[in-house]
Amino acid sequence: MTALTAPVRVAVGVNRRYLAAGTFAVLGVADIVLFGSFAHPGDAVFALSLPGATPHVPSIRVPAATACYVFGAISIGLAVLRATTELSRRLKRLTIAVVLLCFLLSLLCWAAAGNSLPLNVVDLLQGTMTASIPLILGALAGCMCERSGVINIAIEGQLLFGAFTGAAVASALGVTWLGLIGGSLAGGLLGLILAMFAISFLVDQIILGVVLNVLAAGLTGYLYDRIMQPYASTFNAGNTFGTIKIPVLGNIPIIGPVFFDSNILLYITYALIILVQVGLFSTRWGLRVRAVGEHPTAADTVGIRVQWTRYRNVILGGMIAGIGGVYLTVGAVGFFNKDISSGFGYIALAAMIFGRWTPLGSVAAALLFGFSTQLSAALGILSVPVPSFILLMVPYVATIIAVAGLVGRVRPPAADGRPYVKA
Amino acid sequence: MNEPPAAGQGPATEPRPAEPGPAVTEPPPAAPEPAAPVSATSLAAGSPPRARQPLTGRAIIQAITEGSPAVITILAIFIALIVGALLIVLSDPVVLRAWASFSYAPGTALSDTWNSISSAYSALFEGAIFSPGTIGAAFHGGSIAAIFYPLSLTAFEATPLILTGLSVAVAFRAGMFNIGAAGQWVGGALVATWLGVGLHLPIVIHAIVCVIGAFIGGAIVGWIVGELKARTGAHEVILTIMLNYVMYNLLSYLLSRQSLLQAPHQTNLVAPNIASSAALPHVGGPPPQVGVGFLIALAAAAGVWWLLSRSTLGFQFRTVGASPSAARSAGMRVERVWVLAFLLAGGLAGLSAATIVQGQSQPLTFNSYGTYGFDGITVALLGRARPLGVVLAGLLFGALNGGGTLMEAATGVPSDVVDVIKGLIVLFVAAPPLIRLLFRLRRGGGPEAVAAKGWTP
Repeated sequence: MTALTAPVRVAVGVNRRYLAAGTFAVLGVADIVLFGSFAHPGDAVFALSLPGATPHVPSIRVPAATACYVFGAISIGLAVLRATTELSRRLKRLTIAVVLLCFLLSLLCWAAAGNSLPLNVVDLLQGTMTASIPLILGALAGCMCERSGVINIAIEGQLLFGAFTGAAVASALGVTWLGLIGGSLAGGLLGLILAMFAISFLVDQIILGVVLNVLAAGLTGYLYDRIMQPYASTFNAGNTFGTIKIPVLGNIPIIGPVFFDSNILLYITYALIILVQVGLFSTRWGLRVRAVGEHPTAADTVGIRVQWTRYRNVILGGMIAGIGGVYLTVGAVGFFNKDISSGFGYIALAAMIFGRWTPLGSVAAALLFGFSTQLSAALGILSVPVPSFILLMVPYVATIIAVAGLVGRVRPPAADGRPYVKA
Repeated sequence: MNEPPAAGQGPATEPRPAEPGPAVTEPPPAAPEPAAPVSATSLAAGSPPRARQPLTGRAIIQAITEGSPAVITILAIFIALIVGALLIVLSDPVVLRAWASFSYAPGTALSDTWNSISSAYSALFEGAIFSPGTIGAAFHGGSIAAIFYPLSLTAFEATPLILTGLSVAVAFRAGMFNIGAAGQWVGGALVATWLGVGLHLPIVIHAIVCVIGAFIGGAIVGWIVGELKARTGAHEVILTIMLNYVMYNLLSYLLSRQSLLQAPHQTNLVAPNIASSAALPHVGGPPPQVGVGFLIALAAAAGVWWLLSRSTLGFQFRTVGASPSAARSAGMRVERVWVLAFLLAGGLAGLSAATIVQGQSQPLTFNSYGTYGFDGITVALLGRARPLGVVLAGLLFGALNGGGTLMEAATGVPSDVVDVIKGLIVLFVAAPPLIRLLFRLRRGGGPEAVAAKGWTP
């Protein structure tokens, strides 16, 4: 049994060491040729504070072309290093981060050079944080479920249902807080259905996730047309959370507006990231959850209640995703619209796989995604000579390159998706 | 080729059906499993062959009481329709008001409830199967053809769903999850439109060239996924999700440039109409038309059936789907199978685009891809990833889509309720234990239809 369920070693066609080095080199050459040589003459200006902010931080000026050449040279140097020497795991990750950062900075220099308007970094990062909230919460929901051994493709449906219920409750009762609770419970309800069918009725979990997404889209779409839209003043009035500035931290230049000047959902997201990461990896509870996800038979033998653990985790995961859904309506635009989740759940799923089923990795992937989405919007404003639709592809292409070139094969929890039937 | 000895004896040693069994959705006979792990999925590997009995009264009763797949499917549709009815009633203000005054006028409450459900469902039925009124009209000088109009609409709606369903099913059988039918659809649509607008060819040849082009267009998008998975080990779920968005934006970009694919003198994101020589003709004259697209879908289903059940390559697909490590031990090139499976899956999604782009009069727009790709997943799941099952599931969903449109127009019940019904059908079909519990059916001797599967088969 163990031999059969052990992960299959896939003989990868290209040696990963050279693949990574090659990707580094390509990015480095892109820094130099694509951005360096095509940059407008002149300096790139980066604004470091929002317009009208009280502690004004002076903007930074960089000679664009030169900066791109330097970044490119660093990347190519790292490519050579990577190809010739075997690095430790931590150093490998560091090189990946440095190369990606170099690529990003070159891109920004190229885009900002010769523009009358400076590129506002704070605005960009602030947008990244808020745009990432549903992705982060969706990915955390995925981690909660899949670490206990239940595949959750229904993140999309949980976001959508949470968004719908959040907007409807907040609007009908006039209390945004109740909307948050309602949305979270709605996500948890879908989690309960997922758990019931996956754990008790042994339904294939991939089928189940897709079906729940269809159901959530159909149900919210139906109720929107039938009830929410005709009685919009009652059920879709557009209540939103206000902005809360954290007293001291919010006044720190750059960091303050990015991390500590947003609505309550961002702070809840921070709390949940810490809770899930610490909970799963530093507590007895988390050890048990992971044991259930890796080897339920062994966990059962030592007295861990496998089915109960899974039920609890799937429902908690659903509630987290439901909060992510609440962000889409009550946290942002206020109004619910058909298919407002627009694929965020699937992107969160990808972020979770990209982050190798770890909370922090998923958060990093979700932030990367949120950032590239914001970046393509910012570049659109900067009148970059690239069509907007091509810019909109950037986040997705970046993810494909990152997954194929740098991450490669990932290993899910061993019992992920396999129901446990007591022998 | 390099194949385990089990391959040769596959079809020969298998119990062949003496005559059509009691179950219409029964899958075509599958070859015996290679050394599959206990946890391998039934979707990828196929349920083990079951000895079939002649169609006797006793066999039928047994099939019903033990809940054969056909019976489970029928019961699932029944429950889904009941839940749908509840949804319609509970959101109908007229009915709710009538129930609020139930104590004064109980009759009104009941009759309003009945009217609400029956009007919606009869409109659904008339839009999907046939409308009794047309028969009467035919006797009084009306058109006989009008009787078959709803059925032709069902076939029309089912066509793209069958093809995207086959696309997802092929990947499933090879042990992979294709969420990318939507992106592959766009790839096919772009090539079909480009060839349909740009070329000037004789009437039949032009259409054929476009269909082949669409297949290739979709296959290229699918191939990218397979090749990246095979070479770098990247997970196909991420790749397909991301490629979907890349393709949506590529479509919008190409439709936003006059020099590329935008219709002349247009500011909207819309392509020119394809040449009439490239359009897929309708068989049988107006208005009950069965498009050639539907015939392409049926032919594709037959082709996929032959490939999966009768060919060496299909055997490799199923073996890799059941267990890549076993397939590798048997000398199969697993990576090559992944690439080919995704190539074929993409091509089938591309064909789906061809039937839409060439089969109807509207030109390609930035949101033409609709929900074909994602509906294909549910169709494949309901059809248990088997070609015949996919065709039947596609027809059912096509009927629901066609009927839903009429229902919304006739009664004002939003057609989204059809999505709920579709989702519930798949959910209940996938959970035979629940149906057995609800209807107090006995557990049959056969294996459970659906086992679960993880991210890696």
